Amino acid sequence: MNMLDFLFFVEVTLSGLMAGVMYSLVALGFVLIFKASGIFNFAQGVMALFAALTLVGLMEKFGFPIWLAIIGTIAVMIALAWLIERVMLRQLVNQEPIILFMATIGLAYVLEGMGDILWGSDVKLLDLGIPQGAWEWLYIRGIYIEKLEMFAAGTAAIMVAFLAVFFQKTRIGRALRAVADDHQAALSVGISLHTIWVIVWSVAGIVALVAGIMWGSKSGVQFSLSLIALKALPVLILGGFTSVPGAIIGGMIIGVGEKLAEVYLGPFVGGAIENWFAYMLALAFLLFRPQGLFGEKIIERV
Amino acid sequence: MNERDIGAEILKVENISLSFGVMKVLDNISFDIRQGEIRSIIGPNGAGKSSMLNVINGFYHPQQGSITFKGETRKQMAPHVAATHGIARTFQNIALFKGMSTLDNIMTGRNLKMKTNLFWQALHIGPARAEELENREAAERIIDFLGIQAIRKKPVGKLPYGLQKRVELGRALAAEPELLLLDEPMAGMNSEEKEDMCRFVLDVNAEFGTTIALIEHDMGVVMDLSDRVLVLDYGKQLADGEPDEVRNNQAVIDAYLGVPHEHA
Repeated sequence: MNMLDFLFFVEVTLSGLMAGVMYSLVALGFVLIFKASGIFNFAQGVMALFAALTLVGLMEKFGFPIWLAIIGTIAVMIALAWLIERVMLRQLVNQEPIILFMATIGLAYVLEGMGDILWGSDVKLLDLGIPQGAWEWLYIRGIYIEKLEMFAAGTAAIMVAFLAVFFQKTRIGRALRAVADDHQAALSVGISLHTIWVIVWSVAGIVALVAGIMWGSKSGVQFSLSLIALKALPVLILGGFTSVPGAIIGGMIIGVGEKLAEVYLGPFVGGAIENWFAYMLALAFLLFRPQGLFGEKIIERV
Repeated sequence: MNERDIGAEILKVENISLSFGVMKVLDNISFDIRQGEIRSIIGPNGAGKSSMLNVINGFYHPQQGSITFKGETRKQMAPHVAATHGIARTFQNIALFKGMSTLDNIMTGRNLKMKTNLFWQALHIGPARAEELENREAAERIIDFLGIQAIRKKPVGKLPYGLQKRVELGRALAAEPELLLLDEPMAGMNSEEKEDMCRFVLDVNAEFGTTIALIEHDMGVVMDLSDRVLVLDYGKQLADGEPDEVRNNQAVIDAYLGVPHEHA
């Protein structure tokens, strides 16, 4: 392997890692809600879209400065979490997981429709001043890496560190884990399920906002954004549905895997591997390690 | 049993009836628990003992009757209300947070003692940090009291059964309850573990003045520990009184030993 080939390999790997982090951001929202309530939230992708739409809408239609628009969007996501708890979750306490899953499918459509009515369906430009283009320092050394992707990776790292401390070291984090572990026992020590649900959906909403910002900056805020949720699925299967680090590492493996496969295996099978590689990998995992890399092995007595 | 301060009634349930569909689980049960006493509920399997505890802490909502706790009468409890007003409990089939450490499990028991809001919590600074430390000390005192220092950091799912029961007691104690409900705290324990648990129950009662209601199958334990015993059978109230009274009650003897057949 000569120097140029090697640099190319590094470039592909790095850009795969960065793309992977973008998947991780979406997967993270899934993990949070799944951990605390056992619900697979089909609407997570749409939540990212809705958050990005709201952000752009507040800036364009109401002329909010960036910081105020971000705070405004966070407020909207928290209000949304509260509404979801009131209107949806509270009515479905003690229902089968599949019922709750179906409810989140409904939620996805409601949110998509609401986004359309409120902010319109045209593709919007999201410019928060996040640096774009190639990172020069690496570029002159022969590797092309998007600044935006570096930025996304940095943001994801900060967010994960923050979530780790929040989950491990605070009362509310402990309460979240307690609820995830055993509803009855959590109730008996006076933890309110309703409050916990609002909090966890709020946090997932804020994570969705970050994902929405990153994806929106990359390819514009458009309705196809909600489809990135599909890419998060293999990430979750790889990383495990209950693990925050799993979501991050799973995303990176998928990102790197599909880029490398595209470049090095693609020519042999006619290309476009990138579109299905992640799902094949997920399928292999389902066969041999269904709990994922970091998920808890669930042994059920039947 | 011994000379402690038994006060006025702290809890009174009146005419409680609970049914699931056509299944009558509790049928017109009335009894009280006095401040500072150790009160046992006994009865054969399926007698409705656990259901009674579930009614008291609000997991089950009875169709009839009332519950008076610390002078406030309600038709039913809610788990959150019970917890905020000082009722803590353990479960028959240990309900610990299995993925969390012993210390974290006990810290969840402090949940209601901690008040700082989400904002400080999220930043993990300022008042939240001080509060965390303060409650951590309280949790450590309970760990010392129960002699489980060695397993502070261990995930409880991996602990042996007897220790799990002890951690669960710790989590309930962490809430500094006024009324502690113990659902078969000694089930499945060997005699040494049982002795330890008995000592903890007595110590909690004596040192903290905590009122305790417990369900237990081991008659020796029940008779030794309890000030008064309530006997249930098939959801009906069979007897209620001091251990000696109950022990000699014909209906209780019949329920436990079976009614002797009369010769024709």
